[in-house]
Amino acid sequence: MVYGRSSSGDPDRPGDPDRSGGLPGPARARRPADPVALKLLVAGGFGVGKTTLVGAVSEIRPLRTEEDLSEAGRPLDDLRGVEAKSTTTVAMDFGRITLRDELVLYLFGTPGQDRFWFLWDELAQGALGAVVLADTRRLAECFAAVDYFERRGIPFLVAVNCFDGAERFPAATVRAALDLDDRVPLLMCDARERESVKEVLATVVEHALALTTRDRAPAVRG
Amino acid sequence: MSDAGRQGRPGERGPGGDHWFDDDAGPVVRPYAMTRGRTSTATRQRLDLIALVVPEPAAADPGRDQTLSPEHVEIVQRCGDFPRSIADLAAGLDLPVGVVRVLVGDLVEDALVHVTRPVPPAELPDVSILREVINGLRAL
Ligand SMILES: Nc1nc2c(ncn2[C@@H]2O[C@H](COP(=O)(O)OP(=O)(O)O)[C@@H](O)[C@H]2O)c(=O)[nH]1
Ligand SMILES: [Mg+2]
Repeated sequence: MVYGRSSSGDPDRPGDPDRSGGLPGPARARRPADPVALKLLVAGGFGVGKTTLVGAVSEIRPLRTEEDLSEAGRPLDDLRGVEAKSTTTVAMDFGRITLRDELVLYLFGTPGQDRFWFLWDELAQGALGAVVLADTRRLAECFAAVDYFERRGIPFLVAVNCFDGAERFPAATVRAALDLDDRVPLLMCDARERESVKEVLATVVEHALALTTRDRAPAVRG
Repeated sequence: MSDAGRQGRPGERGPGGDHWFDDDAGPVVRPYAMTRGRTSTATRQRLDLIALVVPEPAAADPGRDQTLSPEHVEIVQRCGDFPRSIADLAAGLDLPVGVVRVLVGDLVEDALVHVTRPVPPAELPDVSILREVINGLRAL
């Protein structure tokens, strides 16, 4: 996260009643009443079913984010004159699942193309986990996403979206093709089916929980 | 989260508030009329997409601040029923995220709302929240 690890002594915490003065200290506790928001990312190539998946379990709305082109990794000398001051608008799939009043899970479906990587860094920050959607007819399109989450240590799974007419492959074959770590869950899904998508999302959170538990109790590891 | 609490200079806000374009602002992004040309990159840290906007008691009467735009007031109203994130507000108001960040930053300065700091999963106070998420998803 952009925020430091300390939550109790953060002098910049908005909403602290005494934020305008006084010393930071342990007395500045997080407000217990603040609700909790978590996010999951849905990544994958164009047409793999990200929008369908997010829409299957949540009210889905497009989210517009405008980014400075220079942040998109373009060489600066590519930008001339007025163009240098322009922005690019990127629409993401955005879904909200209200688990209870004070607990909300957000889904962000992110474009898989290279030119949108700059968006991912923000989205990945503080993400609970990620779903990499794969289509066995175009498996290579999810390599970049798998690499990305592996490198960042973000808990993720691969969900193979089983399109009609696409040849079915055994999970082991897909795993091998993706060179997937044994611990990364891989499952088959139908992004149009609510039950199937619920299972995908629950599994990724389970995976995140397992990793968290392991990290919190190193003594019992192995 | 926002640095508005530390860096906010409400007295300087207004038509002449071009201190928003300081040297740290980087390349100029297309100005937004609604935010008087300000962008969120200048003096404030970016509010996280899932940072939740929570009304303060003073928000019960947002109309008393004459400098608030209709969009400011709408944001305050939308956050009244149940918590909304920056992303919820942007999608609901059909505004780009950057504009919502600026507007919410104004409201934080005015102490009409506060913004929650999203908890990184590794810092969740206990894992029962994750169990609740898993069970909640299966029960949808
Ligand atoms: N047969 C089948 N079609 C799907 C499935 N998931 C998505 N589609 C279709 O594939 C197309 C692209 O899906 P979309 O969600 O827009 O992909 P996105 O580009 O990743 O957001 C749409 O026409 C969907 O209806 C699936 O599981 N099975
Ligand atoms: Mg889509």
